[in-house]
Amino acid sequence: MHTAALLIELGAVIFGLGLVGRLAGRLGISPVPLYLLAGLAFGAGGVIPLNAPEEFLDAASEIGVVMLLLLLGLEYSAGDLLGNLKRQAPVGVLDLLLNGLPGAAFGLLLGYGPVGALAMFGITAVSSSGIVAKVLADLGRLGNRETPAILGILVLEDLGMAVYLPILTAVLAASGVWEATGSVLIALGCLVVALVVALRWGSVVSRFVSAGSNEVTLLRVLGLALLVAGVAEQLHVSAAVGAFLLGISLSNDLEEEAHRSLEPLRDLFAAVFFVSFGLSTDPSTLPPVLLPALALVVVGVVTKLITGWFAAKRAGIAIPGRIRAGAALIPRGEFSIVIAGLATAAGVGAGLAALAAAYVLVMAVIGPVLARFADPVARAYVRRQRERAAATVR
Amino acid sequence: MPDGPALGKGRAGRVRPGPLLRGVDAEASGGQPAPLSSAPPSGEDTGTVDLEETKLPGVGLRHDFTTARGRRIGVISTRGGDRELLLYSQDDPDACHAVVDLDPDEAEVLAELLGQPRVIERLARLREQIEGLATEGVYVEGGSPFAGRTLADAAIRSRTGASVVALVRNGEVFPSPPPSQVFRSGDKIVVVGTQEGVRATADLLKNG
Repeated sequence: MHTAALLIELGAVIFGLGLVGRLAGRLGISPVPLYLLAGLAFGAGGVIPLNAPEEFLDAASEIGVVMLLLLLGLEYSAGDLLGNLKRQAPVGVLDLLLNGLPGAAFGLLLGYGPVGALAMFGITAVSSSGIVAKVLADLGRLGNRETPAILGILVLEDLGMAVYLPILTAVLAASGVWEATGSVLIALGCLVVALVVALRWGSVVSRFVSAGSNEVTLLRVLGLALLVAGVAEQLHVSAAVGAFLLGISLSNDLEEEAHRSLEPLRDLFAAVFFVSFGLSTDPSTLPPVLLPALALVVVGVVTKLITGWFAAKRAGIAIPGRIRAGAALIPRGEFSIVIAGLATAAGVGAGLAALAAAYVLVMAVIGPVLARFADPVARAYVRRQRERAAATVR
Repeated sequence: MPDGPALGKGRAGRVRPGPLLRGVDAEASGGQPAPLSSAPPSGEDTGTVDLEETKLPGVGLRHDFTTARGRRIGVISTRGGDRELLLYSQDDPDACHAVVDLDPDEAEVLAELLGQPRVIERLARLREQIEGLATEGVYVEGGSPFAGRTLADAAIRSRTGASVVALVRNGEVFPSPPPSQVFRSGDKIVVVGTQEGVRATADLLKNG
């Protein structure tokens, strides 16, 4: 009887996600906001409260976070990370401060306390690399000359997360200044070790994990990721960061293979993660945070536009490209939810989860629209310049 | 061959622009390619291609250059093996005017179409430039370890320095066979290179 109920509810949830994902594909938007909406609608206090199989969803959403970060780590090689750090460090710092500090200020104003403010810093600072990469590909902008600058910022933000998440995890665990400093140091040490291992012995790690068939590789990588994530969590370094570092350490030869076989799993578990975040957020907490969320959205759009402008300018890109770069960086998504999830699980800031959900819902939807809108704006600018040039010649 | 940190230069007449094959470290150019100069290359520069290589983290590699007539074109090589052909806009040099997605097969066809006449050009030029250049037909015999395997498997160019310019099978000539070309016993392979290179190729095909 219990099994039947579990299977039916789980099946309904996953099938529902499939429908929602299809809808997102039709509308040409990221499925993340729709997953969140679905979660909100069926969760506690939603339209149709669903008695979801909680233990399973909890475990699955933990795995979802691990998978999200593992595949993110797999995207980039250690060389990419270090190269971008060397070239674009000032832009990365500007990006995080410019976009994070307003969020932190809002957190303090809304009374979430210093820890909540730290969480809000991360929620507003980090663009969604998934959404941004997809938008660039969809709009045929991968070849544009401002694109390396945009991708560079995404890489640095992810590297920044590897430092930020352990700090947040330690602070959330409220384990005192010394322990917090300790876990941050451990995390930084692990980061350095992971980078060195990836650069020097990447092929050794890959050989250890890869073994002929896809199936074996899949099981080994997944198992190793969960193990590393678990140990990292135990050390208060954050499971997500452990998975991310493992992803970086696996060298290029394995990347493609692991990526292909893990992607469907990531999609499944990440979807469950977004839904379960929505499920655990009471929709009745949304209206009070709507105004602050919209204000944050306006600020977040402007600060990313500035970041993109500056980054592209630094790369020697003309004004139309700078507009496109800024607009492309606007979407926020999976990371904001990951951070909000960590904060809520630790019981920080009553309205924080709702605020983050509203923020991401708006940002993930308007971000791609604004990125698309940057094209006509840039074209109009080029046209005006040409007309002006023609006028002066005459 | 020049081995600049940012730009790989290869004389058009030489055997391919080297950086593509050798994989120049893109560190210096990646992320921040040199700003595009507005003036097209001057007349005396024709024949030189300034190929710029840029790393796209999470996507792959982008190669691009400006043609002598001032159009910028490029190719993105994704890690999955797909290619994107890029034609940059003339109004906005940072943006692409058109992007064509090519799967690996289509990319190979396009490469062959663009590359084929150059093999012959190159051959003629090589003959002019270097004395003692040998062109020879080498047979794939029944006992050859490469019978039934591909040109890429044999890696003739990298092992002997000689280039395979054609394959003759049952009297029919297949010019510039692709790396995926499978050898059969009885095939004649036309090789161009130094005397030693050609001899080494014959030896390679016979004994592996």
